[in-house]
Amino acid sequence: MHFGLSENQVILRDSAREFFAGECPMAFVRRAAESATAYDPQLWAQLAAQGYTGITIDEADGGVGLGIVELVLLMEEAGRALLPGPLFATVAMAGAVLDACANRALRHQYLAAIAHGDARSTLAFVEPASGWDRAALRLAANDGRLSGEKLFVPDAGVANTIVVVARDGVYAVDSHAPGVRITPMAGMDLTRKLYAVSLTEVAAEKLDAFAGLDRALDIATTALAAEMVGGMQRMLDVTVDYAKTRKQFGKPIGSFQAVQHQCADMYLETESARSAVYYAAVALQEGAADASAAASIAKLYASDACRTVGNRAIQIHGGMGFTWENDLHLYYRRAKASETVLGDATFHRERLARLVVDARR
Amino acid sequence: MDLSLSLEETRFRDELRAWLEQHAPKDWEHRHDGSIEEHFAFLRSWQKTLYDGGWAGISWPREYGGRGASLMQQVIFWQELARVSAPPMANVIGLGMVGPTIIAFGTEAQKARFLPGILSADEIWCQGFSEPNAGSDLAGLQSDGRLDGEHFVVNGQKVWTSYGWAADWCELVVRTDPTLPKHKGLTVMLVDMKSPGIEVRPLRQMTGESEFTEVFFRDVRVPVANVVGKVNQGWDVSIGTLMHERGTFGAGLQITYQRNIERLIELSRTIERGGRPAAEDPVIRQKLAQCYAEVQIMRVNQMRAFSRISSTGVPGPEGSIQKIFWSELNQRLQQIAQELLGPYGQLDAADQHAIDHGAWSYGYLRARGNTIEAGTSEIQRNIIGHFVLGLPRSY
Repeated sequence: MHFGLSENQVILRDSAREFFAGECPMAFVRRAAESATAYDPQLWAQLAAQGYTGITIDEADGGVGLGIVELVLLMEEAGRALLPGPLFATVAMAGAVLDACANRALRHQYLAAIAHGDARSTLAFVEPASGWDRAALRLAANDGRLSGEKLFVPDAGVANTIVVVARDGVYAVDSHAPGVRITPMAGMDLTRKLYAVSLTEVAAEKLDAFAGLDRALDIATTALAAEMVGGMQRMLDVTVDYAKTRKQFGKPIGSFQAVQHQCADMYLETESARSAVYYAAVALQEGAADASAAASIAKLYASDACRTVGNRAIQIHGGMGFTWENDLHLYYRRAKASETVLGDATFHRERLARLVVDARR
Repeated sequence: MDLSLSLEETRFRDELRAWLEQHAPKDWEHRHDGSIEEHFAFLRSWQKTLYDGGWAGISWPREYGGRGASLMQQVIFWQELARVSAPPMANVIGLGMVGPTIIAFGTEAQKARFLPGILSADEIWCQGFSEPNAGSDLAGLQSDGRLDGEHFVVNGQKVWTSYGWAADWCELVVRTDPTLPKHKGLTVMLVDMKSPGIEVRPLRQMTGESEFTEVFFRDVRVPVANVVGKVNQGWDVSIGTLMHERGTFGAGLQITYQRNIERLIELSRTIERGGRPAAEDPVIRQKLAQCYAEVQIMRVNQMRAFSRISSTGVPGPEGSIQKIFWSELNQRLQQIAQELLGPYGQLDAADQHAIDHGAWSYGYLRARGNTIEAGTSEIQRNIIGHFVLGLPRSY
């Protein structure tokens, strides 16, 4: 048994870290946050050139053909850098669903464009009264056409294709098709823009395998938890640095146990979330029996831990942590927004209860 | 990442499993007849059985009578023992701490004299570290050892000494040079508990048991030949001993917690709340699921840590998160048990209405000690803060 990264995985992680540090410094993140879409075509081309947009896409479809562990390592590093724009929506959400649900021809059509950097995509799921509960979805096709409203769709404003989860199946919709109206929503996370997508008699391509959706959502959920782990690691790092240099009463504040113990807890929460994410990735990759439970465990723990780590980070930074100028609030905003995406901790605890409390009757 | 056992690990597990099937005592937990001495005799004979089967001291090198097991084999060992709810071993301190310390720092004569008795449980060991005024600040201990010819003469008091009442020998740390800085003047020595001048008093815990004792030393003569390592360099020896305390043992705890959360889930189907099974109560479901998730995270945290130690060779300070995690998780688990059981949670084994022979009442009280024993949560957070995160020392 070995529960650790392979040499190649370490290389992938380190080169992603280096890439994001160079191409996505905080000055870039702030510019993106102030822009309308948080999308930068130049950066997108570079992400494609690095193979990141096609990381899990089959080589036959123009991708790199790596696994779910590699996907979570990439997302962790993207989260650490607070990467703005549609990488997560395209690769981990829409990409995972297209991969799991589309037939071979459609998969090639959509995924090759993503791998080559020619297209961006996103997933439309939440309806006004559904949350992330699939059973509560109402939108369904009528004569092959979709009408209804989807909310909180990330990066829809820059997506070429919107993958729509409906009551009766999964559909691919061209974002420029007649009847599609995309309007920005004013979300808390400035680096991942949200949109309302209203559909009126929109022609949609139905994907074949509805059954693949659960696994795809588990992959997206695990990838999001990984992104949150990256954010937690960054908040921990900057907070520890601050605690070493900021002095009060003539000493670094990190020498006070009230501060030091909060840092220790941030470390414990970050490492525990990371363990849960890596395990979920391996379980999904290997098709283990507990893969769905593992994905829910990763997301429920990361959802609570990321918020908690953010709280501790700002608390330790004191007044500076509460300023607009300090970067922490950008991470704090992402943490809160990510908490609800693909189901919050309460949602996943109930899902886990169905798997482990109900299933054994 | 490869989460499956290797061929060799599987073979080890299967061999152990088959052996345990034949030899592990069953239903011993709920036997309440007999005195504590009789119970201890039972634990001693269980260790002898393990010893005869070649399963005592599995982490010890073969040349000292151990099995030379790899770290992963040790993990499997504790998991399998927990899986069959095997009793603890009588000489848990000797096997887990004193033996490894003698192997690392002892003389050949000490190894030959003491190691066999530790393995066979013929000689039970305790550990004389903490004092009334030296708990977390161990290096502040005051028990005093003065050289007098070929002996040290020891005076002082030790406390929280587990198994002190049953012990034949004690790994004792005393101050042998009060003029040196506090970490420098300490010496570790092996003390015969039958020496004149030793008095052992039981220390009753809040659970009602007396696992611990206080041990008093009045002019106790300890041969110089019994010093482990060098005189006045006992701090390094002590730290070596304490590092073993946070070894692979936690792997067995995780299995126990897994069994406990599964038992709570089972109980939630029969215990009623508001006229329906508690398992259907949304609040209880949330709590059970959270606890179940944390038990799984404890497992994957351990798997990552063990894999890291396997490749780097030494347990690092990051092991402190395992200690914090298991101790605090057990307290949360026991609290959820209390909420689920309601008034029945408080009943101990003596009551005919008790659920699971009073295990949850005992478990709740016993868990309270978890964040104090084997290094308090505060000390573990200090270790993470200073040694892992590089923050300045807080004390």
